[in-house]
Amino acid sequence: MNFKLASSPHQHVRRNTGQVMRMVILALLPGVLLQTWFFGWGTLVQVMLAIITVVVTEAAILELRKKDFESAIKDYSAILTAVLLAISIPPFAPWWIVVLGSFFAIAIVKQLYGGLGFNVFNPAMAGYVMLLISFPVQMTQWLPPAGLAQYSHNFNDALYVIFTGFSVDGFSIAQLKTDYDGVTMATPLDTAKTAIAQNLTYSESIELPIFDSLVPGIGVASSWISLGYLLGGLYLIKQKVINWHIPVGMLTTTVVCAIIMSIADSDVYPSGIFHLLNGSIIIGAFFIATDPVSACTTNKGRLVFGAAIGFWVYVIRTWGGYPDAVAFAVLIMNMAVPLIDYYTRPRTYGHSPIKTNKRGINDE
Amino acid sequence: MSLSFAIFTALCAIGVLALIFGLVLGFAAVKFKVQGDPLVEQIDEILPQTQCGQCGYPGCKPYAEAIANGDDINKCPPGGEATIKKLADLMGVEAKSLDAAHGTEDVKKVAFIREAECIGCTKCIQACPVDAILGAAKQMHTVITDECTGCDLCVAPCPVDCIDMVPVPQSTASWRWDIDKSIPIKQVK
Amino acid sequence: MDNNFDDIVKKLENNELWDFHGGVFPAEQKTLSNQNLIAQLPLSKYLYVPVKQHIGVEGQVIVSEGQAVLKGEPLTQSSNPFAVPIHAPSSGKILSIGEHVSAHPSGLPELTIKIETDQQDRWLPLTPMVDYQKQSKMDVIGAICNAGISGMGGAGFPTHIKIGTTKQVEFLIINGVECEPYITSDDRLMREHAWQIRQGIDVLCHLLNPKCVVIAIEKNKPEAIEAMEVACKENSNYQVVDIPTKYPAGGEKQLIQVLTNREVPAKGLPIDVGVIMHNVGTCFAVSDAIFSGKPLVQRVVTVTGGAVETPGNFWAPIGTPVSHLFNEANYNSKAQKQPQAIMGGPMMGFSITDESVPVVKTTNCILLPDAKESQTRKEQACIRCGACADVCPANLLPQQLFWHAKGKELDKAQDYNLFDCIECGACAYVCPSDIPLVHYYRVAKSEIKLEQDEKVKADKARERFEKRAARLIAEQEARDEKHRLAAEARKQAMSDSGNTAKDKIAAALARAKAKKEATAKGMSNADESIAPHKANENSGTKASSNERVQAAIARAKAKKEAAQKALQQTESKTANLEPTEISDTDSADSKVMLQDADVADTLDNKDKPAIDKKAKVAAAIAKAKAKKLAQQREEKEAENSIGYPDNANSAVEKNTKETQSDDIQAENLALKKQRVAAAVAKAKAKKLAANSDQVIADDVTTKQDTLQSLDKDNKESQGLDQKKQRIAAAVAKAKAKKAAKDASQKTEDDKS
Repeated sequence: MNFKLASSPHQHVRRNTGQVMRMVILALLPGVLLQTWFFGWGTLVQVMLAIITVVVTEAAILELRKKDFESAIKDYSAILTAVLLAISIPPFAPWWIVVLGSFFAIAIVKQLYGGLGFNVFNPAMAGYVMLLISFPVQMTQWLPPAGLAQYSHNFNDALYVIFTGFSVDGFSIAQLKTDYDGVTMATPLDTAKTAIAQNLTYSESIELPIFDSLVPGIGVASSWISLGYLLGGLYLIKQKVINWHIPVGMLTTTVVCAIIMSIADSDVYPSGIFHLLNGSIIIGAFFIATDPVSACTTNKGRLVFGAAIGFWVYVIRTWGGYPDAVAFAVLIMNMAVPLIDYYTRPRTYGHSPIKTNKRGINDE
Repeated sequence: MSLSFAIFTALCAIGVLALIFGLVLGFAAVKFKVQGDPLVEQIDEILPQTQCGQCGYPGCKPYAEAIANGDDINKCPPGGEATIKKLADLMGVEAKSLDAAHGTEDVKKVAFIREAECIGCTKCIQACPVDAILGAAKQMHTVITDECTGCDLCVAPCPVDCIDMVPVPQSTASWRWDIDKSIPIKQVK
Repeated sequence: MDNNFDDIVKKLENNELWDFHGGVFPAEQKTLSNQNLIAQLPLSKYLYVPVKQHIGVEGQVIVSEGQAVLKGEPLTQSSNPFAVPIHAPSSGKILSIGEHVSAHPSGLPELTIKIETDQQDRWLPLTPMVDYQKQSKMDVIGAICNAGISGMGGAGFPTHIKIGTTKQVEFLIINGVECEPYITSDDRLMREHAWQIRQGIDVLCHLLNPKCVVIAIEKNKPEAIEAMEVACKENSNYQVVDIPTKYPAGGEKQLIQVLTNREVPAKGLPIDVGVIMHNVGTCFAVSDAIFSGKPLVQRVVTVTGGAVETPGNFWAPIGTPVSHLFNEANYNSKAQKQPQAIMGGPMMGFSITDESVPVVKTTNCILLPDAKESQTRKEQACIRCGACADVCPANLLPQQLFWHAKGKELDKAQDYNLFDCIECGACAYVCPSDIPLVHYYRVAKSEIKLEQDEKVKADKARERFEKRAARLIAEQEARDEKHRLAAEARKQAMSDSGNTAKDKIAAALARAKAKKEATAKGMSNADESIAPHKANENSGTKASSNERVQAAIARAKAKKEAAQKALQQTESKTANLEPTEISDTDSADSKVMLQDADVADTLDNKDKPAIDKKAKVAAAIAKAKAKKLAQQREEKEAENSIGYPDNANSAVEKNTKETQSDDIQAENLALKKQRVAAAVAKAKAKKLAANSDQVIADDVTTKQDTLQSLDKDNKESQGLDQKKQRIAAAVAKAKAKKAAKDASQKTEDDKS
């Protein structure tokens, strides 16, 4: 008999990388659907575009690298990257924005570093930041959420705007951006920031129509979308796809920073809940910072990693040049991951607490 | 303020700075002096101590000295690629492939004396660099397998060609879990 | 010890336990095999008993092939404390002692005793030790050792070492956790033999004097817990504790942590935290050994998995080939895509390489998974999800270890405490990328171990090399010093004064002469001292006796002369290469020698028996010398021919031509002769080429050696001749080989 030889263990849990990634994508669905509800079909069109781009890019590069691309695509990691990138960019951004961003995320950030598991930076966020820096105009053209916009738009409009720059009825994106008061719409964070910069107080700034939602001070769309992503994130934690450490570390730090600062001067510094539910901090905490490849691997490290991201988010939002900061904060902390991992190694069974000497080797 | 005064101040400042940094550096050089192994010792640690002389030097230590003095690191067939890699790391040079002029990498072997044919000439005993052959004139000789480095040096002097180099058999203790090929798991990189 | 004994006991009484980090919950699959009683396996025809079945060293085989053995008869013995004997698992005949595929993941052959059973299963007379409490502890431990008991849980650590500890034991933990899926051998053993296990625990308690005994059983074995509770009811010191089902709770370190919250220090042993742990199977074996005197010759083996139709537990004699178990449990090979059998459980077991792999003392399970149970998926890239770190019971960072192990950064892997990995497989079990993590660690571990071995060996070699170099230098220095002193002395003598120097030389010469004469006289004196008696006995033979004395003196002188000449001749031979001259002196020498020999011979004939011996010795020496000279002359001739390679070649050619015409046997003979000639010639040529003082010195000594050996040979019987011939043949063969090579080289040289 020719026995089959294998190394133990001979059993595996059924979950594999592809399933993990699919679960993450599934968890994104409520948020994505809410986003589509508020911002129109553009979101879904962007998602489709991004997915097509990453699959083609990944296949081409793996073919060039003479690797098996079938299994790599089946692991859904590239598709997850595509979804995350696509929902981060304005729904009506021109098609080449998302294509370029997706290509950059996969080809440069992921594959050039060695493919899945080897990338230092979060591909979706690196792609997003590249776009934000290179094409600031296109990247900030957020339409007003449904109900606030002057002109409604349908699926065909979305396609037309994305591919031609004009809707079926011939409106340009700038026109679409105006709300029913005829005022150009900005994101809540942007609005608040601008308002505060114009010497309005925080409480004055949230009187603006965009904050006309169930919770005072929260953007209409952002609050709902954030809740959608929160739901997905909690599902992931329950399914043990992600650990609670990063989201908790990140959200707590941002909120704590916000509370401290708003106590100091509540006119200038928005409240904790404002920071928590506006912008992309929820999706960032549950879906972006938790990208396992570019995050810390020890639980203690994850807590530190999350907290540091939360800190940077607050700092950049408050004093930086950009209204939101999740992408920057994540990328900054991606660089610190090896350091955090090294200094947060758990104590191995039977060992005394870790001491590191100059060479970084356990003293035992 | 005259130009010459400005130049003078600049020179003074730079001079003072130079003095301070010089002192700091000098202090650091004394205070943080690295008490490491001398290079030759470190190289000798890496070499396999086969003492076979295939590198052209009469032992591993002389070759270590030669490497420290700039000789090539790829002259050690018993150490093979692994040793070359380590030497390259230590010396901060590029790893080269083994210089075929000095021999090729081979499986680990030990000398074995066919005792019935041994005439007790002691030639191999004299040749052995690590005194791993036991025997006396006119007495049958034998190899202390544990001490044999497999250097091959005893084979040539034997007048009756009764020394064989026998590959060290693999045992369960020396097994390296090399069942990779039989695991239906493909390497991904 | 952070954790106070009393606190721990209090907590245990309340069934409050601690937890260990990580752990996984694989499907238990225990009901497959734990429904029926342990069945007695029919005896297999052949048993393959490996000599080494435990951690430590193997014993010396004390049986021989063809020998009949009884069940329980020891097959090995050793005085090494880490050796555990093995015993014949059944009566029968030893068929062979040789290599057989091992119960090891490599399947590499190991020394195994193959027994053909006679199906009668006759026991050796047994000597139980029921009154163990009255015996000395050493005797009891000795009995356990002699019963061949080593840990039956997995690792196979010799039990007598563990119980021989002199340290204070606070907890004796009896491990009945059996946390691996599928395996039920301990479960069934506890259910059916709880009483005997308790008796075994009693023995261990007697030896170890623990303050507390904890019998730990996983919650998923309620029947076993109940059985053990009933068996241990009498003794209040014994506590049966049910522990939560979580893999690997049965790992030694993990179980200690669960029960006592103490951690065995890295590179330490459980006894370092006051704990000794034994498997329930070991306790059963101890009880068997003490109360029935039976050595460990069988054990419970679970045969289970989707590919067997009647899974269950069997009492399998050690050495039973697994194929026999396959048959008993109705192995259905169709349920598997490719035959696959795992020895041990699905988490830590290893695939066996052959169906004749024997059951050994640590074999607790044979798992034959069906196609559904054994799925292997492709390894994918690590996504650093950290799932492995979450389940690692040793709190390691498996993904870091994997990274370094795969990258062959072995020292970094060690920095991440690779050697604290217990290879439980939890990390690989949860890995979403299906990376065989444990395999990477094993490879890395074995590589590190081999590297360390190699390092030790290299250090030893370096030390030996350096010592040798130092010795050679010291010898050289000593020689130089001697030469220098001698030279100085000579110089001193020369500078003193010409006359005194001359006088001294003259004196030395005189001394030497006197010595020579004395020796000669001594010889003749000896002759004389014997002679007078004979002279008395045989009247009128005084004259002849005198003659004899004179002859002896003459002989001695001749001998000396010959020896001197021989020496001179060898020197001249190497120093001076005139062939004709050499052959001249040679023939002269040999003539002298032959004459000498003749004289001796004649004396032999003439002399009376009393002096026979002496004379014979002398004659033998003379003969040997003559022989040697003759040989030398031969060699010289060969040498001459080497001097002119063409001659040598032509001689070889001639020989070849001659041999071609002969029949095959003769051809061989001739070939050999030719080789001998060529070899001798070659050797000489080599020597001449070397032509250094050293060589000459060597030559002389070698020749003297040969001379002595020839003397000895002459004295000794024919037996040695054979060896001599062989040596000669070997020398000739070797030399012929070299000569042939040389000759061809020379022709090439000539051509060029």
